[in-house]
Amino acid sequence: MSIRDNAWQMAAALNNKEISAVELTNQHYEQINAVDKDVHAFLYLDKEGALLQAKEVDKKRAAGERLSPLAGVPLALKDVMTQKDVPTTCGSKILENWRPPYDSTVVTKLKDAGVIILGKTNMDEFAMGSSTENSAFGPTHNPWDLTRIPGGSGGGSSASLAAFEAPLAIGTDTGGSIRQPAAVTGTVGVKPTYGGVSRYGLVAFSSSLDQAGPCARTVLDAALLHQVIAGFDPKDSTSINQALPDVVAATKKLDIKGMKIGVVKQLAGEGYQKGVENKFNEAIAELVKLGAEIIELSCPNFEYALAAYYLIAPSECSSNLARFDSIRFGLRVGDDKVKSAEEVMNLTRQAGFGREVKRRIILGTYALSSGYYDAYYGSAQKVRTLIKQDFDNAFAKCDVLVSPTAPTTAFKIGEKSNDPLAMYLNDIATIPVNMAGIGGMSLPCGLAEEDNLPVGFQIMSPAMKDDRMYLVGGALEAALLSKWGKPILDFAPKLAGSK
Amino acid sequence: MAAISRDEVANLARLARISMSDAELDHLAGEMDVILGAVARVQEVAGADVPPTSHPLAVSNVTRDDVVTPSLTPEQALSGAPASSEQRFKVPKILGEE
Repeated sequence: MSIRDNAWQMAAALNNKEISAVELTNQHYEQINAVDKDVHAFLYLDKEGALLQAKEVDKKRAAGERLSPLAGVPLALKDVMTQKDVPTTCGSKILENWRPPYDSTVVTKLKDAGVIILGKTNMDEFAMGSSTENSAFGPTHNPWDLTRIPGGSGGGSSASLAAFEAPLAIGTDTGGSIRQPAAVTGTVGVKPTYGGVSRYGLVAFSSSLDQAGPCARTVLDAALLHQVIAGFDPKDSTSINQALPDVVAATKKLDIKGMKIGVVKQLAGEGYQKGVENKFNEAIAELVKLGAEIIELSCPNFEYALAAYYLIAPSECSSNLARFDSIRFGLRVGDDKVKSAEEVMNLTRQAGFGREVKRRIILGTYALSSGYYDAYYGSAQKVRTLIKQDFDNAFAKCDVLVSPTAPTTAFKIGEKSNDPLAMYLNDIATIPVNMAGIGGMSLPCGLAEEDNLPVGFQIMSPAMKDDRMYLVGGALEAALLSKWGKPILDFAPKLAGSK
Repeated sequence: MAAISRDEVANLARLARISMSDAELDHLAGEMDVILGAVARVQEVAGADVPPTSHPLAVSNVTRDDVVTPSLTPEQALSGAPASSEQRFKVPKILGEE
């Protein structure tokens, strides 16, 4: 048993009583103590709560109780999900020290399944960003190269997996915040079908796009976690009342003979790094060897997805973030008994929000204002319709669609932080999935020859057909593993102090 | 001509309840101009015949039966408030002197 094992292997070791949940939890805290000063994946560690949870699981197992498949396996939780009495900052000064009085549904499900929550992971403030540099508490560093970004917004979750600080993590994906961090850290991330995982207790950024999902080091681990957190929730008015297809069985099937896989023409070419395209094409060749049929497809309106996204998401965020008013929770600045509530609110939001959050609130306020609404927000909503139509047409011809997850490998910290438009381009291949509310997965498909950094392969499946991306992802992962001879993270340099 | 002026950005900041320094306004006005120039592309394909989509699902209103269920206690609900008194949120003054 090693912390480098996969979650399903840890679950088996726990089940065979080769190790206790308390021991396994402590091993992960040892690793966190050794490497997180360099990686900075975590904003908060709840060691006391985690060990209490682990003891409980061990007691139940000793008593012969029937446990969930992941009982006793540790997990890192993105700091945008509420966990009762544990700080939940969303990477923002405005929520520093806020301890929510309730659990998100995802956390309730994790606790019920006996999954051990180690702590809260770093993120771009309110999940706005692609590098985790927008965190008010400092950036997270990519374990492959500490001078580079771990992706974003969920860079803390992806880095914790790649640094072997946790075998499982929760992310949220509004425009790619699960999949792009997975791509640049050599890990697996899944954005479920919109409505498949409850948003109750997920601090809202853009409600019609936000979706929580599983992050892991293998497709099977992601599938096992996906099964734990999915399901209808009456507390989320957009929750789908329909069972998740069997994603674990789909992952284990390893047979994609005759499947039709569509390659989207628009998600390649200009702006995509050469090594990213090469690794993507090599993965396509593996899929052909496995008996899949490759179809080249055109989704012409994807070209407008990025522009539409950067109107819709800021519009919804300008409304959602109005709740940070210095009255009910979080920061209050300037309350000297003389200033009015409005002045205090203005000063609090100036001090509490970072640059990117302010930029998006102002952009959204503009796009929704009378006189500009039709030209901006209204037009973006129409583009959303066109993107959905492109997906419908594509899925009429094939079972899944594929593309590179991100146009480049991990870039240097600081390289794009002063150029919002360059930063936004990171999401060019992941955004269409969110606009249509369908499922998307990223898994590693090799190292780019220019920089020896991981490349992500994206699989997109129709709404509530999440099993299809697991079927293709599981088969491709197995083929690549036998080609490489070892998991991709074994190619990463060892972190100082790491076990 | 710039798509958006500094004065317009200042007005948006006022509407969004965010104080901004002159330096912040100068910087943001320039950035907003660039970003708006890029996102305006949506107008190229948004014809009058295309219906808008506000949400990926065909959402309908969700209601529940009007029965009492467990909820937060007043102490829990106020636990994150910057100021409270007598089981209420304490708000800075909302009326002027005049």
